[in-house]
Amino acid sequence: MTAIPSRAQMRVSIYWLIVLMIAGTAPVRAAGSETAFKASYAAAEAAEREAGRLRNQWTVTEAALADAKKAADKGDFDQAIASAKEAEALARASIFQAISEKDAWKQLEIR
Amino acid sequence: MASSIRVRAIANGEITEVQTLIQHPMDSGFIKDDKGAFIPAHFIQELTFEYDGRKVFIADWGTAVSKDPYVKFSFKGGNKGGELKVSWIDNKGETDATIVKIQ
Amino acid sequence: MDFCFARSRIHLALAALAALALCALHPASAADKPDPVADAKAFRNYFVNKFPNVKLEDFVNGPYALNEDMRRQWEQKEQFPPYEFSLEMGKELFAKPFKNGRHYADCFPNQGIGIRQDFPYFDTREGRVVTLELALNRCREANGEPPLSYVDDEMAALTAYMAFTSRGKPFAIKVPDDPRALEAYQNGKRYFYARRGQLNFSCATCHVQNPGERMRAEVLAPALGILNAMPIYRSEWGGMGTISRRLTTCNSQIRGVPLDPQDEEYRDLEYYLSYVSNGLSISGPGARP
Repeated sequence: MTAIPSRAQMRVSIYWLIVLMIAGTAPVRAAGSETAFKASYAAAEAAEREAGRLRNQWTVTEAALADAKKAADKGDFDQAIASAKEAEALARASIFQAISEKDAWKQLEIR
Repeated sequence: MASSIRVRAIANGEITEVQTLIQHPMDSGFIKDDKGAFIPAHFIQELTFEYDGRKVFIADWGTAVSKDPYVKFSFKGGNKGGELKVSWIDNKGETDATIVKIQ
Repeated sequence: MDFCFARSRIHLALAALAALALCALHPASAADKPDPVADAKAFRNYFVNKFPNVKLEDFVNGPYALNEDMRRQWEQKEQFPPYEFSLEMGKELFAKPFKNGRHYADCFPNQGIGIRQDFPYFDTREGRVVTLELALNRCREANGEPPLSYVDDEMAALTAYMAFTSRGKPFAIKVPDDPRALEAYQNGKRYFYARRGQLNFSCATCHVQNPGERMRAEVLAPALGILNAMPIYRSEWGGMGTISRRLTTCNSQIRGVPLDPQDEEYRDLEYYLSYVSNGLSISGPGARP
């Protein structure tokens, strides 16, 4: 008699099945974010290294990189990726500054 | 040990002008060291100048006075060659005093 | 016909050769060779013209030359200057022997007294700029002592004492006609005018374009004579600070990661800035807000 579940029981079971399926996929999604984070952090670091080679790093770039790491350690990969992208943008701006100032400095020179 | 108090007093007619520079950390207690711990408050609480047995200038200080304080003031009645005594006591009970001749 | 044609061709060739020869006499690189003498003259004229009411020798007093109220307060304090303690410490440190029995005096001409105005100089043997701070640490290392931090109290006290013994002596920096010295000089000049940091300021932005103006609560000093008062007792620091300390903190204030103290760029910068202030007196150690 109890072998066949009632409609209500079926609904509950299906509900839990769906929950478990979503839970099952969640780690897979987080791992994707972590991979994405590692990629954007590596790109930001590479840009900052280039800025370092040009002897023109910014303090805010370093701060953004630190923020990215902190967020990643907490598992907040969305925030971590956002910080890493900001760090990369800042690093690239500092590289642009270093390169353009190679000539632009003359505009300020007292002659 | 060298005194923490540098003082110079110059008589000009009736008025004696006094300048003093005191070596003291005057820590407010609000600043942290590089390990993140608060540097405890350590500041002069009372600074006194005495001439001829009377107090001509008293300063009641707190944490708002910065490191190595400088004070300049004038008082009536000092004479050349007279002795001016300067003394201070801080919140830890440490003290220093010196005597200077008015020029 | 042919003969005429050939002759005009030869003329053309000769003309071309002549033009080439003229070009060789005035190569493009000649225009790029630094001219420190001309630079210094232009530098001085710029500030003298910008501030016609300031006496030339007064530029070494930085903001006090440009702001009456600040000057009054400073003159009062100078009767009993806040840097006295550091100066005394510097005198004691300078006289104290190293563990091997030798002294700082042994490393410098004239026992280290009254020589600050000759620093920085270009060391032609090594091919680099030597500042006073660098020379002091080299002296220590040559005598088996560990180097001092370039941004701490001891180095500040030592340079304060040495500056004090040179008070009133004019800066006498030499840029020898050596391509490496000229390169270092030019490097320093480039650093001074190049923008850096997220705030995109160069040294010139504040000290050439805006001396006398306020940056938050501070009055900006003119670049002419700016190193003459170093090291300085800054009320903000509650103590004496070296040139290295000032340069590195300036960098971080405009959101640029500072280089290491006494890195080549900073030494070259000090070289340039000192040279263009030649003739102005050492006024250090100074006191600033």
